[in-house]
Amino acid sequence: MFTLENLTKIYRHRSEEVHALDKITMEIAQGSFVVVTGGSGSGKTTLLLTLGGIIHPTSGSLHVKGANLYDYSSNQLASYRNRTVGFVLQTFNLVPYLTALENVMVPMLLNRNMKEEPQNRAAKLLDQLGLSSRQHFLPRELSIGQQQRVAIARALANDPDVILADEPTGNLDPTLSLEILKILKDLNQKEGRTIIMVTHSPAAAEFGTRTFRLDEGRLVA
Amino acid sequence: MNSRFSFSTVIWREIWQRKSRLISGLLTITLGIAVIVGIESVTTVSKQLVAKKLDLLGANILVLPQAASVDDYYSADIDAPTFPEEYVERIATSMLPGVDNLSPKLSRRIKVSGYPIVLTGIMPSNELASKPIWQASGLMAADLKLACATSSNPSGTTRLDPSLKRATVDSLAATDVWVGSMVAERLKLTTGGTVTLEGKEFKVVHVLPETGTVDDNRIFAHLHSVQQLLGTGAQTSAIEIMGCCSAISDGLLGKLRNILPDTRITTINSIVNTQIETNKLMSKVSLILLVIIVVVGSIAIGNYMWANVEERRKEIGTLITIGFTRGRIYRLFLTKSLILGIVGGTLGYVLGTFAAMILGPQLAGLAISPIPIYLLWSLIVASTIALLGSWYPVYRAARLDPALIMQET
Repeated sequence: MFTLENLTKIYRHRSEEVHALDKITMEIAQGSFVVVTGGSGSGKTTLLLTLGGIIHPTSGSLHVKGANLYDYSSNQLASYRNRTVGFVLQTFNLVPYLTALENVMVPMLLNRNMKEEPQNRAAKLLDQLGLSSRQHFLPRELSIGQQQRVAIARALANDPDVILADEPTGNLDPTLSLEILKILKDLNQKEGRTIIMVTHSPAAAEFGTRTFRLDEGRLVA
Repeated sequence: MNSRFSFSTVIWREIWQRKSRLISGLLTITLGIAVIVGIESVTTVSKQLVAKKLDLLGANILVLPQAASVDDYYSADIDAPTFPEEYVERIATSMLPGVDNLSPKLSRRIKVSGYPIVLTGIMPSNELASKPIWQASGLMAADLKLACATSSNPSGTTRLDPSLKRATVDSLAATDVWVGSMVAERLKLTTGGTVTLEGKEFKVVHVLPETGTVDDNRIFAHLHSVQQLLGTGAQTSAIEIMGCCSAISDGLLGKLRNILPDTRITTINSIVNTQIETNKLMSKVSLILLVIIVVVGSIAIGNYMWANVEERRKEIGTLITIGFTRGRIYRLFLTKSLILGIVGGTLGYVLGTFAAMILGPQLAGLAISPIPIYLLWSLIVASTIALLGSWYPVYRAARLDPALIMQET
């Protein structure tokens, strides 16, 4: 699915170079549940955002299903972010003035090839995640766990092959964390989606089928 | 509600959920537009009234020979030196906008039965048009209208209608005269009678109504008859012009002076100038306010949009993450600005018109009616203000780096 070859990202900070990613080479197979671990500033999130078509690498290549992702035009990258990958973030990032149902429908606004009526699909996704009674609630009216489940539903809106999760349990207590991790596991095992999850939690890391560890931008395990 | 979920739903929902934060920006546009609409409504009605007043006064520009005295507008043509009648054609063919009617005349003091009167040669149709008070006396066809305030003639060119001219010339033949009220009274002249002028007999076809001016002491004959009678040739002593008020303020007098450099051109100064100056002042105030409002309004909207973009950084980052292009971000914010402009423009128009209707009669003695075209004008100005003010904050929003925003969290 993903082939990374000498992927490097260098930031310049006050004339000093910071290697956020340093010659990362790896393969991520379709249908795998990959966990990326590492300490703060190790480059985990940079790697995830690079896989998501948001951060352009300084050098190296990143192929997705054989195509070099960063040869894409900005519109093609936007379409990639909309259809091929779905993001789940630590702080959920729901649009605060839209209801749970509308939040899930936002990515569908950009997808003209929807096979299903957007509202039905959003309602079905919320139902799958146990939120059928919270469809018309605003994010602030939902619990933290419910907000994260809405974020997962939004990530699934356009039926992407890949879920990119950045510390999805970082703001949750152990019980809720377990709940979210189980959902991700189900998405991987039952629906065959590729999950790439960044976490610093050893307990969360156990859910992956493959684990990579980053240290100062380098792949160490 | 959700079955028609679209980009506009996202925009409206954001506006509605954060409406309290919108108030200051919206209020600035609304009040700004209201002030301009109010002033413009009063100014427009004032201009129309001035033009109507000038129409009622009749001719308001007088072309005289260079040596003529202009102490009294109404008697300046009497015994004045002369200039060629051809000057009338020169003005008419110049197609100057704002010249509604040309009325050439030749006046001399003569004595009739020992009584001094003023004999004035006129072109009847043009003279009638320049004297609205005569129009009511049945001297002319009812459809002869020359009021520039109600003019539908967009070019503002002269309205010397050939068919009209023919009809009225027929009504004042070479041996016909109209007699001023005072002359008729003194000489005991009545319609159908005769009067001898410089040895030639004329038929009195009409006794004119009292005007309270020197015209009451005049006998009017056809210009060409008077020229022949006085032996002046094709000369006139004055040309009265009905000039539109706005055209006068736009420099009509200067343009006339260019065409006729050897003449004196004057207006009914005390009336025209005061009104024109007032209107000019109102227009200047309105223009200055427009500039201030565009600047202040843009800054206010810019401030609001800047704060809005800052507040929505995370949301913008999220939208880009889930596939929004920069173009979509532009559309999202600029559509919101446009809505702000449309709502502000509409409210401003309503408020300004309402204020003008309430305050116009009290402060300026003018009855103001809504002017629908100002709604379109308000929408255009308000939308421009909103888009101008929003442009840079929106540009910033579209250039936000989602990676940085994601890493901020």
